[in-house]
This record gives sequence, C-alpha cells and structure tokens, in this order.
Amino acid sequence: MRHKDHFKTAVYQTPFHPRTSFDLTPMTKHRITGKDALPFLNRLITRDIAKIKPGRVGYCVWCDDNGQVIDDGTVFHLREGDYRLCSQERQLDWLTRSAHGFDVKIVEDTHEVAALALQGPTSCAVLKAIGCTGAEKLKPFDIAYFPFADGELMVSRTGFTGDLGYELWIDPARALELWDALFDKGGNHGIRPMGTHALEVARIEAGFIQAQVDFLPADQAIRIDRSRSPFELDLGRLVDFSKPNFNGRRALLEERRRGSRYRLVRLDIEGNKPARSAYIYDSKRNVVGTVTSAEWSPSAKSNIALASMHMPWGRPGDELWAEIYYQRELKWSRVMARCRVVEGAFFDPPRRRATPAADF
Amino acid sequence: MTDRNRIIIVGAGHNGLVCAAYLARARREVLVLEASDRVGGAAITREFAPGFRVSACAHICYQLDAGISRELKLGAHGLKTAHANLRTVALATEGDHLVLHGGRLEAGLLPDKDRAALADYHDRMLRFARVLGKQHNRRPPRIGGGGRSELIAAAMLGLDIRRLGRDPMREFMRIAGINIFDVLEETFETPLLKGALALDAVLGTNLGPRSNNSVLTMLHRLSGQATGVTGGLSLPAGGMGAVSEALAAAARAGGATVRTGSPVASITLEGDRVSGVELESGEKLAAGTVISNADPARTLLQLVGARHLETGFVHRIRNFRSKGMAAKLHLALDGLPGFARLAAQRAGDRLVIAPDPVYIDRAFDHAKYGQCSPDPALEITIPSIHDRTLAPAGRHVLSAIVQYAPFDPRASTDAARAEFLERTLGLLERYAPGLRRQVVASELLLPADIEREFRITGGHWHHGELALDQILMLRPVPGAAQYAMPVDGLYLCGAGCHPGGGVMGAAGRNAAHAVLGGERAA
Repeated sequence: MRHKDHFKTAVYQTPFHPRTSFDLTPMTKHRITGKDALPFLNRLITRDIAKIKPGRVGYCVWCDDNGQVIDDGTVFHLREGDYRLCSQERQLDWLTRSAHGFDVKIVEDTHEVAALALQGPTSCAVLKAIGCTGAEKLKPFDIAYFPFADGELMVSRTGFTGDLGYELWIDPARALELWDALFDKGGNHGIRPMGTHALEVARIEAGFIQAQVDFLPADQAIRIDRSRSPFELDLGRLVDFSKPNFNGRRALLEERRRGSRYRLVRLDIEGNKPARSAYIYDSKRNVVGTVTSAEWSPSAKSNIALASMHMPWGRPGDELWAEIYYQRELKWSRVMARCRVVEGAFFDPPRRRATPAADF
Repeated sequence: MTDRNRIIIVGAGHNGLVCAAYLARARREVLVLEASDRVGGAAITREFAPGFRVSACAHICYQLDAGISRELKLGAHGLKTAHANLRTVALATEGDHLVLHGGRLEAGLLPDKDRAALADYHDRMLRFARVLGKQHNRRPPRIGGGGRSELIAAAMLGLDIRRLGRDPMREFMRIAGINIFDVLEETFETPLLKGALALDAVLGTNLGPRSNNSVLTMLHRLSGQATGVTGGLSLPAGGMGAVSEALAAAARAGGATVRTGSPVASITLEGDRVSGVELESGEKLAAGTVISNADPARTLLQLVGARHLETGFVHRIRNFRSKGMAAKLHLALDGLPGFARLAAQRAGDRLVIAPDPVYIDRAFDHAKYGQCSPDPALEITIPSIHDRTLAPAGRHVLSAIVQYAPFDPRASTDAARAEFLERTLGLLERYAPGLRRQVVASELLLPADIEREFRITGGHWHHGELALDQILMLRPVPGAAQYAMPVDGLYLCGAGCHPGGGVMGAAGRNAAHAVLGGERAA
C-alpha cells in the first residue's frame, strides 16, 4: 500500500458534523531551504514573508508577471530559513524557474509527508487525548511539535474550514498509527472521517477560494480575461507594495491605478437551491457576474455562494439576481433568486480564533 | 538633485556613444562608463601584432545610419572613408572568380539566365530590405499596448509592406520567414554565385543557409545605408575604431563625459528604481537614469540581478538566443597575398570563400554539433590596401570572418582555436598559394574569445540572433522591446534591442528618444 493512500476516506459525512478529519496527503508540498529561501519566497509571493516568523504559517498567493494568480497556498516557516509551501496545484516548474539567481534548494516532498486535517469544535480535545499536551495554547497559524510514537508529530493550527482546527504532519511510516490513535482516543469526542463534499461546504462557509473552481491558475489560462489578480479575488490584503520587487508587482501597481476588471463577492441567495454556476444579473437583466462556488450552508442556515462580478457590480446593496437551474425528479426547472452581497465569512464562530482553544 | 538628473550609460560601444551624443545634444548630463581602455566596444581598431592594426570585431561598415552621420556631424569629428563601396569577389579554386558590384557582374562568367536573374534578385531584395530599413528609426509597437501610438506604429509596418505592391508584398511575405538556400535554388544555377549570396545571409548568425530566418538576416544586412548606398560596403579610414572615435568626439562636443577603464560591477537600485552604478573599483556613482549598452543577459542577469526582476521576464531573457558562431581571423602579412588568378587591384575588395551553399551548410553542420568547420566559409578584407595607417610600409593586414566556430566547442577552446586556425590557414593557402609563408603574426578569436574581449554574452555580434521571434517588438523579449526595462529608470540601448547589430547606431538613437520621451511622460 502506498503511503499516500493511508488516509483514504470514503465515508460521506453530513457537512455540519462537528468533529472531522480529512486526508491532506495529496496536497502538493514543497520544502524550500538555503541561504536565499527568504528573499526567494519574498520575490515569489505577494505578501511580506519576513513577517512570518519561525513557527508560524501564512496564507499567500503568487502571481505571474502580469499580476495574475497562479495559485494560493500556505507557507510554513518550520525553522529559521526552512520553509514548506503547500498548494493545490503542482508548482515545481514555476518554483524552479523562479529560483534562477537565488541560492535556494527546492524539493517537492508531497509523498514524503503524511498530512491530516483535524477540524471542528472538539479537534483540540482530540489532540490532547492523543498526548499533545498544551495543544490548546497554539494560536491560529502557530506550529508546534509533539512527541508521538518514538517520533515527532508536527501540529499547525490551520485548516481549510472556518472552524477551530488543526493540521497534523507526520512521517508516512507513522501515519497509520496516528490515524488509529485519533480514532481510538477521539471516539468520545465524535471524530469522523470527512469527505470532499463536506470540505467543500466548510470552505465556502469560511469564504475560502479554490484553484480551478473560483479562479483559473494563470499558467493554465489561454484566454486573457480568464485569470484573476489578487485584488479581483478579494485578496488585496495579501499584496504588499512596500516590497521593492515581487512577481506581478508592476502589473498590480498598474491595476491599482487603472482599476480592476472583476471582484469576488460572497452572496446570500434567496431560497434553498444552490446557485451552482449561475449567471448573476442586475435589475435590467444584464449579466454582471458568475457564481463560482455555491452550497446550502447548514451552519449559517443560508443559501450561499461565491461569485466573480464584473466591476463595478457586487457592491453591498446592489440589486442582483441569480439564475438557478435545478432538477427535481429528472425535470429541470429554473428560478430567478434575489441575491444579497455579504461582507465577511458566512460562518465565523468565535472558537475559530479563541486561545486557549476550548474542549467544546 | 544633480545626481537624479544625471544619466549614466554603461558601455561605450557605438550605440552607447550614439545614445550619449543625442542625449548630450538634448542638454542632459551624460556620463559614459567604458570597461576597456578605449571606446568602441566591438567597433574598435587595435594592434594585434607590433605595427599591425585591425578592426578587431566588426570590419566592414555597411549599416552606419546616414541620418546619424549627418546629425552628429561625424565627418567634422574626423570620420573619413578609406573605401566607399567595396566589390564582392567570389573566389573560385579553379576557373574565373566572380566580381559582383550591387546587382551587376563586373568580371567572371555567368550564364545569361543567372546574369539577368542577379539584377532582378538584387533589386527585389533591396526593395524588401528598405521595408526593414524604414523600421530602424522607429520605436517598435508594444504588443497588447492598445494605445493609439502603438496601433499607428503597427499600422506603419503593415503599410510599408503593403506599399510594395501586390505581387512583391506576397513575395515578401512568402520568403521573409524561410531560408536563403531555397530562394537561391529557385533563382540561380551557378553554385559559386549562390554560395557568395548565401554567405551574405548567414554572416555573423547562428544559421546555415538551410536554416529558416536566413532570408531575414540577409535583408537586415542589406537594410543599412553606409555612405548613402543601400547595401553598400565601406571601410572607414583608420578602421572601425575611427567610427567610434568620431562618435565619442560628437558626444564629448555635446557635453557628455566619457570615462574609459571603468568597468561597472552592478547597476544599483533604490526601491523599485535605479539609483546608479557601482564600479568594479567599488566607486559608487548616482544617477536617475541608467542606460545599458551591454547585452540583455549581462545587463539584466548580472548587472541588475535576477532577484530584482520578475520570474517570467528573467526566463525570457535567459532564453534570448545569443550564442555566436562566427570567428574572427587577423593575419599580419609581410607582403600582399597573391590570390590565384585575381587581379592585384581586386585584392582590396571583399573576398569571399563560399564555393556553393551546400559547402556552407556542411560547415554549419559541424558547428551545430560542437566542432569547428573543417572547411569554413570566409569573408576576407585586406584593409591595409586602402589604408596605409594599419600596417608598416609594404606589409599588410588581413581580416576575415570565419564560419563556423561554436561558442562551446566539444574540445577545449584552446584546442579548438589552434585547430581552427590551422584549418583556416590551410584553406587560405589553397586560394592564395604562399600566403602561409607571408604570415608574421596571427590571431583567431572564437566566439568565447569575443565574449571575453568585448563582454558580449555568447559572443554573438548582434548581442542575440536576429530572427522572426527576436526582432522588432520581440527584441530582445516581448514586454521590453521599447528600450525601457521593467525597472524604473533602466534602459537598454545596444544591439540586443531593435533594430539589432551591425555598426548602425539606430538602437542608440532610438533609446535616447525613448529616454527623452519617458521624461515627458513622467
């Protein structure tokens, strides 16, 4: 059995189940080390990596020269000058190409690290039950190391849901042991495996975007208006122009001067039919945007969506309509549903940030 | 404040000097920094053996822009011609040589068909070359720029092609991207004629006659107007260095300062714009604008540094094709060489050894795979016939472009150089019996030597191949073809920019206009 299959999950879970684990092993992981690891990453990524201290994690995006997003991901500052970059898409080609002129070593170690997401309100309690004493002290985006089965378990307070949650990183040889420990000791805390649909609901509730869904990676786009800039994905906070150079900086400065073409918004849609791939219209029935992700949110009890809007639409208070097609007993129907632009995440419980993390 | 107004030009090649002269005329404070101890870059005259001087890289002036000569008053600054328009002699091992002048056959035997075709071919190619020539003084359009001036610039190029007339336009479009071999095959019969014309197309390139783009390189070569004749070949009095000396004099007369012996170690930045340069001596010089006459790779990857540029741009610069294939031979001779069956008064013309296009292609094949050509093709001049200052009385210098020599030979450069020199002398001996005994001293520069001496990455005398994907708005790379580089205040002005190399000066002048235009826009 290959280690990447260690955490294979087949069980479909209702998305509002509070205590869940999800296999992250297939997520692409790169180890970036060497004298120039920091300047390399700072040139690659739009935000200031120097602010991510050892033992901390940062969410980031990286762009091509045109300021269009290639992918988003997380940078783990494992130890001084030693970084892990996680992303959905394979990035080795772009990273290697970007390394010219830097003293840096880049290794894709996707299959050398087993990773598991442990998300939900009891996730901290489960961690403590398997022996991670003091796990509750981790602040969001902290990294800590705990002894586990003669080895080391790395725990980061990160995740792709909008809830309290952790990601666990371990040598693949100990992966099964970790899984067994979690399910042995976590039973009383209601641990269940989580499927991709549950994760999809959770990440949309949190307002997290996904490559290939909410944006097309710039290196895969053929038509010039298909890719998006960080500003167009509502990630302008991740762009730090005080850095003198990073990929896309000149184009993004120009975009800031001229204005963006699109914006990404969160929509609360009337009714309960998910508005997947729906066109968004203004009051005069002009198409002004497209839904990129949509689900019924069991946590927010709302019909939610992420949508890419043509500028200037998508302002709070704009009158917008979603054209939703849905099937009932093999018959397709269509409904026009009123949309409201929502600011902030759909589901954002205080426990997500509370430190020390509560047991439940 | 004065520092911010200062313009530093890195490199006193002919383009750097032209750029300096135009900026000085516009009353800018200009400082030119040259690494070597003389101005000129690859357009210099230097001594290679006691008493023998030669144009050390470029040796025939065929492209110097007439407008630049006039506007900078190069004549008043000392530029004279030793010979205004050389003939071309296609040397034959047996039988008659062909003496060509423009589209005319002046001596030698050609079938009537070839003789007629030659005049027609020459006219046709000159018309096409003029289309290219018209672009030399224009800033190429920016792709996707969308602005009005960009559209006009693109339209002008289209219009120039359209104005050729329907049939010539079709012919231009047909041949612009293909190879010279096919064009010559369908036009002429005589191998010697085809060989001489094929050599025109591949001189200084990394192409063989059968390589695509070799029509384009031929048109580029014809597109200049040395001494008022399109496609004319001239020899400056005092060698190519005299052109550079006149340009430097023009720049100085305008108020520019030219410092030699001042190699630049890096172009310094402050935030996202240039702040000046640091010399190898450690001296720091501040400037608001830095214009580099160095090649694109040296300028951007070494002097600026990849980390200050974006990934995609660095990738494109790294893939700018810039490996030279031409070697340069200098011979000090104790008398005039005697080329078999060549009238003495013809020895001062441009002599070519390229018996037929297949010969050249075979020479290219070896170089493609890392070996110097066993039987190279040559372009030879004996400039001392027209210019007695180059050699002691009664003695002569021979200057030849020898093709092909790879940039990175499979053997060591030293071994390859020794073998290639031997091969070339052996070949010359076949055409000019007794020449070997006349050789007092010799020097052969392989592309790697040219890289070292002239600081041209890859040793390509155009700083980079002239090809459809590396000309006009694509030169050196898309997104940086308008002289301004993606670092505020940094410009390129050398042969790596539109319209490329050859001692022309247009890139330098266009860059100066881009700098002045950029000031107005800011």
